[in-house]
Amino acid sequence: MDAILLQVLNGLDKGSAYALIALGLTLIFGTLGVVNFAHGALFMIGAFCTVTFNNLLSFERVTLSATELSPWGTPLEIHVPYVELWFGDFGATMIDYSVFWSLLFAIPVMLLIGIVMERGLIKHFYKRPHADQILVTFGLAIVLQEVIKSVYGANPIPQPAPAAFVGSIDVGVWIGMAENSVIYPIWRLVYFLFAGVIIGGIFAFLRYTTFGMVVRAGMADRETVGLLGIDIDKRFTAMFGLAAVVTGMAGVMYTPILSPNYHMGMDFLVLCFVVVVVGGMGSLTGAVAAGFLLGILQSFASMPEVKDFLFGFSIDQVIIYLVAVIILLIRPRGLMGRKGVMET
Amino acid sequence: MGILEVKGVNKRFGGLLALDDVNLSIQQNTVHAIIGPNGAGKSTLLNCFIGKLLPDSGTVKFDNSSLIGLKPFQINQAGISRVFQTPEVFADLSILENVMIPAFAHRDGAFHLAPFRSLAKETAIREQAEKILQDVGLVDERHQLASAMSRGNKRRLEMAMCLVQQPKLLLLDEPTAGMARADTNNTIDLLKSINEAHNITFVVIEHDMHVVFSLADRISVLSQGHVIVEDHPSNIKGHPKVQEAYLGTAETQ
Amino acid sequence: MLKTFRTSDRTLMVLFTIFVLAAPLIMAPLGAGYPDLMQRFAIYGIFAIGFNILFGLTGYLSFGHAAFLGVGSYSAVWMLKLLSINIVPAIIFAVVVSGLFALLIGFISLRRSGIYFSILTLAFAQMSYNLAYSVLTPITNGETGLQLDLTDPRILDTVNETSQVASPSFLGLEMGDTAVVQFLGMDLQFNVGFYISALILIGMFYLSLRIFRSPFGMILRAVKSNQTRLNYTGFNSRPYTLTAFVISGMYAGLAGALLVCMDPLAGADRMQWTASGEVVLMTIMGGAGTLIGPVLGAGIIKYFENIFSRINESVVEGWFSALPDGVTDFLTAVVSPFLGSGWHISLGLIFMLVVIFLPGGLVEGASRIMNLVRRLSQTRKTTSSPSVARPLGDDESPEEPPPGSVNTRES
Repeated sequence: MDAILLQVLNGLDKGSAYALIALGLTLIFGTLGVVNFAHGALFMIGAFCTVTFNNLLSFERVTLSATELSPWGTPLEIHVPYVELWFGDFGATMIDYSVFWSLLFAIPVMLLIGIVMERGLIKHFYKRPHADQILVTFGLAIVLQEVIKSVYGANPIPQPAPAAFVGSIDVGVWIGMAENSVIYPIWRLVYFLFAGVIIGGIFAFLRYTTFGMVVRAGMADRETVGLLGIDIDKRFTAMFGLAAVVTGMAGVMYTPILSPNYHMGMDFLVLCFVVVVVGGMGSLTGAVAAGFLLGILQSFASMPEVKDFLFGFSIDQVIIYLVAVIILLIRPRGLMGRKGVMET
Repeated sequence: MGILEVKGVNKRFGGLLALDDVNLSIQQNTVHAIIGPNGAGKSTLLNCFIGKLLPDSGTVKFDNSSLIGLKPFQINQAGISRVFQTPEVFADLSILENVMIPAFAHRDGAFHLAPFRSLAKETAIREQAEKILQDVGLVDERHQLASAMSRGNKRRLEMAMCLVQQPKLLLLDEPTAGMARADTNNTIDLLKSINEAHNITFVVIEHDMHVVFSLADRISVLSQGHVIVEDHPSNIKGHPKVQEAYLGTAETQ
Repeated sequence: MLKTFRTSDRTLMVLFTIFVLAAPLIMAPLGAGYPDLMQRFAIYGIFAIGFNILFGLTGYLSFGHAAFLGVGSYSAVWMLKLLSINIVPAIIFAVVVSGLFALLIGFISLRRSGIYFSILTLAFAQMSYNLAYSVLTPITNGETGLQLDLTDPRILDTVNETSQVASPSFLGLEMGDTAVVQFLGMDLQFNVGFYISALILIGMFYLSLRIFRSPFGMILRAVKSNQTRLNYTGFNSRPYTLTAFVISGMYAGLAGALLVCMDPLAGADRMQWTASGEVVLMTIMGGAGTLIGPVLGAGIIKYFENIFSRINESVVEGWFSALPDGVTDFLTAVVSPFLGSGWHISLGLIFMLVVIFLPGGLVEGASRIMNLVRRLSQTRKTTSSPSVARPLGDDESPEEPPPGSVNTRES
């Protein structure tokens, strides 16, 4: 029982990331009808927003100490980040909580990137075949990934979680289990809650605002909405920007779990495409549900018991694809998709 | 015994009974028109002939063998060709190639594995295709891409694609839909000449009464999923049941 | 090269053969005349030709063809290890195994079309990659990659007493053997491995030409054009697409085997989806659906990969050193991120530009230029030429642009 709970929890953080990225993909696909292979790059750029922001925060003033000496006999260098110098204790907490501040930093950056991407490139591909959309966004993904690589290098850059969220908590105790039965890292719990808030926010936005209503109508029947005299163009741009922001934020918050590296976008993208297809192309709830489902499934597949059962083969890297193949064959429209979306 | 025998076909979509005990017998070498107001079930019936829909009950027999459950290509191989409402051709291929493909399907069957056979040596197929193109008047532009054709010419090409297979039955789904009057008349002439020259049974689904009465030997009138009348065209024109179906009840006239 | 687009297939074949066989002579002035690179031109040319039979003809965009390349590589290494250091059994086995693997994956993937097909193939390829990388380590040797070994049984070979690991050979010729000839001050390198790959490339190009000019190829193009119509025309399209898929998978397996023959090492990264993307890129860049395009694309990409990735900052600085200091620094700073290790950025950019402006690839670009030249050389009053497809079967008649070079994306 506790092992099962632990695996479910373990699946949640990956599942949250899958769900958030898949949500962004589905928003873009559902409203704009574009298959965006550069979407993983947005997740990666989000993660590197954290890196950039931390680099900015860590600009230091270096002074030489008048009294103390370093072990080499030279005057000791004192490094003080400028933010701490300017804002005192507030600056220090700012550095500690840099991940959350990075969110604020990432929102305008991702919005800008999203809008530029849509206006500059994607817009011209609405009427082109899906194969062309795949290819051009694939090219863009390569470019973005390689730019990040040339700026930040090929090695992962670890990012700390705020001190208050470092470490683990005993989740088992909360629900009346024995102590130390279910230990779970705090940040992963934070990530899950964050994902829940964002997903809830998006759904509320789509349900209760006029904008969201038009978007949902557009997802159901694009042509008719176009005929109603609604300025679809602006909404498309906004939608793309929103999807970019959501995906970017997912990337920012994921940095304490996975040290940002240039190929994380591609790694997640392939999985998230699978997630979208399993959930059902164009279905937002499907994307979210499939994201969590596959994340949890993956974590179960990595259990030692499963490995023993399969004669020592570990299938956690393969299980998602296997499930996707099976689902596509027996239920082509996915778990919650409508029939005939993107057929032919 | 007709070449196409439809017996007791029912098809229900949710609460709507689209086809209600449809019986039809289509005789060889006739032009049989199926008409009826919008929503009468004409398209549903056609889709049951071509393997796109499975009827809930009833039989569709062609040449004494059942068509139910067959895939579109199997139905074609059985000897039924169809013309689409909007002309469907291979836009990226030349007109000649468009006609050669069905000719290959007719000769080699649904699948024939010979990836290295030379197309240049297929002179028989090529001549056959060119002859048919001659018949429909497209032989001069045979090397042009099909995408460059007018709609009327695409219809001609589609006819050629069907004829080259020497089908026993040709299904025409509103062959003149969306055409100007002159084009319509040309199409009628084309169909007439084909019917006389090739001895093919035609099943025409049509809206346009002008077309129907110029072509058909026999007419079935479909209304609310049911065949209300089947008769010779001259008897259909003034038939009270037909007027009722098209114009509502007698009082509203 | 451009002339070949308007001549008959036979001339095309002859020119292609001459060009490939004379590659050491032609490539040397371009700085690409060394065996390793020329082998890769030929091998990736084969890969791209095969991919084009699927994507170019049927329009099914597979994002998983690297899996077949990898399977071919692994099978070939195993044959070299177990059976003989002779490359023939290795190549045959690799083609058979990758063909069977393609049959399995194609059978499943081709039940769906469009983007679903792309994602299915992508999922299969990633699955194969992960399997090769970790799960199937006993067969693939995981991260390290599968290599030849002194302890390999090689049951068909006479036991060799040397303390060196044997290198793959054909009739006693080792793949690495190279004859160097001085010509006009250049070193021309005639390499056994390259010539074996080149001969196979020519053979494979010929097969692809035969497929393009067969009723089978025409039916595949009809799949791309209007699959629904094809089904109502009496063809069962699935076995046709499956055949195309298997053929292209076998081409990929062949390429994988040849890679191993040149350098007997098979690693999982060969199956990664970026590798699948690369062959898509080659095919598109050269011109999908054209005969010569994929080879052209493979050559260009491998050429730039080798040349561009060698250029480092100091070389770039050398180019601009004649200019004033500030300008040199500026230009170096602007240009160098796109070269050297950053050459993938240029690759991605070029790829995007091709998809945006020239979806038919370089072959379409060339034929557009040819048309422009022709139009300019004609008198003004001639009407613009109607879109004309290649006349069928006339081997000797002057050939209009081949099928793929007519813009097929109009509809």
